[in-house]
Amino acid sequence: MSPYREIEHTADWSLRVWAPTLAALFVDAAQGMYALTGAQAAPGAGERQSVECRAEDYEMLLVGWLQEWLYRTEMHDQVFEAFQIDRLTQTELAGSAVGRPAAHLDKLIKAVTYHNLKIETTAEGVETTLVFDV
Amino acid sequence: MAIYKQAFRRIGEYVWELGTKYNPNMRVPVRVYADDALLEDALRDASLEQAVNVACLPGLVGYVVVMPDVHQGYGMPIGGVMATQLPDGIISPGSIGYDINCGVRLLGSRIPLEAAEPYLSDLATALYRNCPSGVGGKGALRLTSAELDKVCREGARWALRQGYGRKEDLEHTEESGQMEEAQPGEVSARAKERGRQQLGTLGAGNHFIEIEVVDQVFDPGAAAALGLSEGHLAVQIHCGSRGFGHQICTDYVQSFQGAAKRYGIHLEDRELVCAPFDSPEGRSYFGAMKAAANFAFCNRQLLAHLARESFAEVLGGKVADWDLHQVYDITHNMGKVETHEVEGERRKVCVHRKGATRAFGPGFAGLPPDYQPLGQPVLVPGSMGTASWVLLGTATTMLETFGSSCHGAGRVMSRSRAKHEVRGESLRKELEAEGIRVRAGSLPGLAEEAPTAYKDVDRVIEVVTRAGIARKVARLRPVAVVKG
Repeated sequence: MSPYREIEHTADWSLRVWAPTLAALFVDAAQGMYALTGAQAAPGAGERQSVECRAEDYEMLLVGWLQEWLYRTEMHDQVFEAFQIDRLTQTELAGSAVGRPAAHLDKLIKAVTYHNLKIETTAEGVETTLVFDV
Repeated sequence: MAIYKQAFRRIGEYVWELGTKYNPNMRVPVRVYADDALLEDALRDASLEQAVNVACLPGLVGYVVVMPDVHQGYGMPIGGVMATQLPDGIISPGSIGYDINCGVRLLGSRIPLEAAEPYLSDLATALYRNCPSGVGGKGALRLTSAELDKVCREGARWALRQGYGRKEDLEHTEESGQMEEAQPGEVSARAKERGRQQLGTLGAGNHFIEIEVVDQVFDPGAAAALGLSEGHLAVQIHCGSRGFGHQICTDYVQSFQGAAKRYGIHLEDRELVCAPFDSPEGRSYFGAMKAAANFAFCNRQLLAHLARESFAEVLGGKVADWDLHQVYDITHNMGKVETHEVEGERRKVCVHRKGATRAFGPGFAGLPPDYQPLGQPVLVPGSMGTASWVLLGTATTMLETFGSSCHGAGRVMSRSRAKHEVRGESLRKELEAEGIRVRAGSLPGLAEEAPTAYKDVDRVIEVVTRAGIARKVARLRPVAVVKG
């Protein structure tokens, strides 16, 4: 079963993500975000790139993590995959992903919003719903 | 929590009020401009729950206004207006939106449709080729840091100095195309990096350039004053501040998360995060927001220049007069300091319009001299393939809606459902069969913007005009659409 699912939103894009751990949730959210954009990488070897974020809570870290990849996509025409979280505390994150030149994108996301954003603990792990401004 | 129609009190034929008793945290009521059907549409998604969340913010005056084209967004709904008292009220970046000064520019012409008909396909192709659009679309200009700061301060005036416009363009632009006291120093390096390569680009999503014909005129005198004649072509440009504005809003929604806690502001939704207007954080955002607004004014000015070049390239020597003159340029995502009458008292407020248009009535300061007797033009794009409207602001808007009116048709169908139900290629063929030339970079993107995903714009216009918060001037019918 896919760890994320697009859910109905009238004007923007919304993604429900669930995972056994917080680190996995961050990875799945990034994969789901790129799936929404219809991203396709050009063939060839990619380059693993690192990201570090600081924030006041996990939700802010999640927005910062996703926003960072979007920024690199827009600026460098790259799409990312093979996301990895190396360190995650309530205020700090270190992770990476492999970037390749973008062969195709249906649409770019303008921003990752905080709309009703809450990471919730469930019996199976953690889940959240993201809204992207498009 | 779902809101039911019964919770609303009908206070006018097209006005509904949800009182503060609905939610103990509401500080002001919510007023919705709609007929029965449009109110029921709005109740189908989270639009009005989002409006209730807005009504819980501190420092609001009057009521939260919801336009008939409302739809669910993030934080404040699209089609929402709120006014916060000054100097002690708040300013909320997410309630203005990521695409700061997303807006519409309308250019009129003296080109009869019949004369242009053989060249419309070439015109659409030229516009698509000359106006950079789509994912990763980069402009021809590469600005230095110093030049970008000038764009931030001067707005459309900068484009004029470079030879990309006319004096009349500025006169017929909201704020004359330049918001005073913009502060590029309050803009992050990252936003500037994004902005440097995107000036003069359309982007993707619901942004477009459309060639239209003036299909029906309702007020011949006003239409003539605006330079619109029945049967003649017009061009509409819909876009905003691109990645520059998106990054500024992102930066401040992030940094305000801490500020809201420091100022003890309770939020129903973190996207509504805010800070006191007259605080270091509030002043910093407002200065950066104005920089993004000026970037967007400049962006539409450059696109108008490219549209004029495209018309000259295709129609030069083939029709009698291929010029495009500016009717007006409006913004529909903006925070502005204005004076309005609230509970019988003139008060200075910060009006947040998100998916709503300033619609000042006749005689109000801020209108160009030739439009003073008319009121402000309100440019309302329909969904792709349907009519767009030119309206005028009225005295009623100043009394009821903080000088505001609607901004579009408003969505009713989610993007995911639209993509599922509509095939981009089929839609393109349907539009072409209706005589609308389509140039689009993304077929899935085209499908998301299918006319069936939107409300009936004519119905929205009936509500705003019957409610008196705008009056009809002309209806425009699309003949070509260019999208990223």
